[in-house]
Amino acid sequence: MAGGYIAPVRRPLVEGNKTYHQITEDLCSPTERTPSKAWVIAFLISVTVLAYGLFCIVWTIWMGTGTWNLNRTIGWGYDITNFVWWIGIGHAGTLISAILMLFRQRWRTGVNRAAEAMTIFAVICAALFPVIHVGRVWVVFYFFPYPNTRGSLWPNFNSPLLWDVFAISTYFSVSLLFWYTGLVPDFATVRNRATGFRKKVYNFLSFGWTGSAKHWQRWESLSLVLAGLSTPLVLSVHTIVSFDFATSVIPGWHTTIFPPYFVAGAIFSGFAMVQTLMVITRKILKLEEYITLEHIESMNKVILVTGTIVGVAYLTELFIAWYSGYVYEQFAFFNRAMGVYWWSYFGMMACNVISPQIFWVKKFRRSIFVTFFMSIFVNIGMWFERFVIIATTLARDYLPSSWSYYTPTWVEIGIFIGTIGLFFTFYMIFTRVAPVVAIAEVKHILKAGGDQYIGDKAHHGTSHSLESTKHHDH
Amino acid sequence: MRQYNKEVIYGIYSDEEDLLRAVRNARSKHLEIMDVYTPFPVHGLDQAMGLSESRLHQAGFVYGALGTLTAFLGMSWIFTRDWPIIFGGKPYWPVPSFIPITFELTVLFAAWGMTITFYTICGLWPGVSNPQLDLRTTDDKFCLAFDCADVSEGEAKSFFNETGADEVNSKMI
Repeated sequence: MAGGYIAPVRRPLVEGNKTYHQITEDLCSPTERTPSKAWVIAFLISVTVLAYGLFCIVWTIWMGTGTWNLNRTIGWGYDITNFVWWIGIGHAGTLISAILMLFRQRWRTGVNRAAEAMTIFAVICAALFPVIHVGRVWVVFYFFPYPNTRGSLWPNFNSPLLWDVFAISTYFSVSLLFWYTGLVPDFATVRNRATGFRKKVYNFLSFGWTGSAKHWQRWESLSLVLAGLSTPLVLSVHTIVSFDFATSVIPGWHTTIFPPYFVAGAIFSGFAMVQTLMVITRKILKLEEYITLEHIESMNKVILVTGTIVGVAYLTELFIAWYSGYVYEQFAFFNRAMGVYWWSYFGMMACNVISPQIFWVKKFRRSIFVTFFMSIFVNIGMWFERFVIIATTLARDYLPSSWSYYTPTWVEIGIFIGTIGLFFTFYMIFTRVAPVVAIAEVKHILKAGGDQYIGDKAHHGTSHSLESTKHHDH
Repeated sequence: MRQYNKEVIYGIYSDEEDLLRAVRNARSKHLEIMDVYTPFPVHGLDQAMGLSESRLHQAGFVYGALGTLTAFLGMSWIFTRDWPIIFGGKPYWPVPSFIPITFELTVLFAAWGMTITFYTICGLWPGVSNPQLDLRTTDDKFCLAFDCADVSEGEAKSFFNETGADEVNSKMI
């Protein structure tokens, strides 16, 4: 990806006239210095929130899912809403690492490490919900097809809920492999600077990596294939999640727009979460020269595009409901906007459709302040979207005598908040233990993206280094 | 720590352009390079060194195909021979239903197979420690190493001088 022709319009991706050694220093030192007060406070808050969530989960398992307010006919409430929300958030990491790699977008190197870590943590949070919502958590292994003494009794391969089990498991483990493969050379960098106990730890984590050319060749080969595999994987995972709804028969769920709509929505909310994390991380770890405004702006552009796709999907649903003449579909959407849950529909529309349009204005796309608040709004909006789809639709399906209402109990709210605590706990630990930006990959693009080579501050004449190495982007 | 019992003479470069030129120079002089160590993957290095293409891709394909077959044949056997059940009026052999899981298992087997193969053939594993010629090759230095059994010390030293190496050292690994 480095070298080759760089168009004059390209902006620098690494600022501050960095040398390779400075990159190592800047990106390794957060793992070497003692944690700042801000980190300690954030970590303690996250752990406390996580502890409360754990208590609520244990309460659920001990007392049963009757501690939740699921009822007939609202069999899915906060549990599945949160599951889909977290999975959606997780998709940005894979998209940034894998899809942007296939599209040869060099800017991915500033954010891909943290984004992939975010994916793994988000998928862990998501996976909690299908596990605990079954009630009998201790036989959750029944999901998996293995020869057993119950017949053998196999799971139902026709069911999207089972497809989900395979999809989420695959997604989690492949993302973990992809993330870790990228981390091995960076752990080696940290190891070679470390002493004593830290050296032992990073030695273990870096697998004996030396930077041998043959190993790099295979590493690039592996990364490319993992990227190529992860791309259809991420698209398939959220498609399969959407099938949980689309393969049903109730109006508002049984619609073929769900797969692309869910995937676009997942990318939308995922990028918003990456923005939230990156805006904070770059400030606190002083990495503004690596996670530049170019990165922030590029991600905001993705948010704008995917948010607009989601908005178009909403309008399509409304149009088709009207055009089809199918009274139940028409009612489903009338009910969403005007029924008992109108406030969540309003929240969804405002946060997902209206607010991202602010990013048409370049000044706002490049504003950290606007980015941060927008990222929160988008995540809130996407949570409401899942809630609207699940709770609103189930509350008012075909038969009025079955109509119901759902509000969460303290246990459900506690579990949800607990997963937020879990996510941030993981992220805090990650920022301490691993380099938050992909060190080797940033060095790899330095000559093509450093501000001493391209952009306004470039020294004209150093471009010889880009022409003399006539290699093509891979 | 692995011991190879080799005497190695190596040069340190500060820029990957210099390293690439040196590698091409060594190849043209038919000096057999033992290995090259860099802090990041350097474009064009594989070709310059004449490294053969990695067969990891082919291995990945095979693993993926294994996953496809395992999933598809497994589900087919379960639903047609072992315990056929009528689910919602669907046929005993619902091929469209099998697609998502077949795809997922293809990706799973390919990814895991390739990754484990990668670490195995590179000799990398948790707890493995490999000898390093210079710790700065994971920071900002590029190292070109000759095995003293293949290249004489005089030849190597003059080569490094010619190609602008910053430092020249030798070590037993």
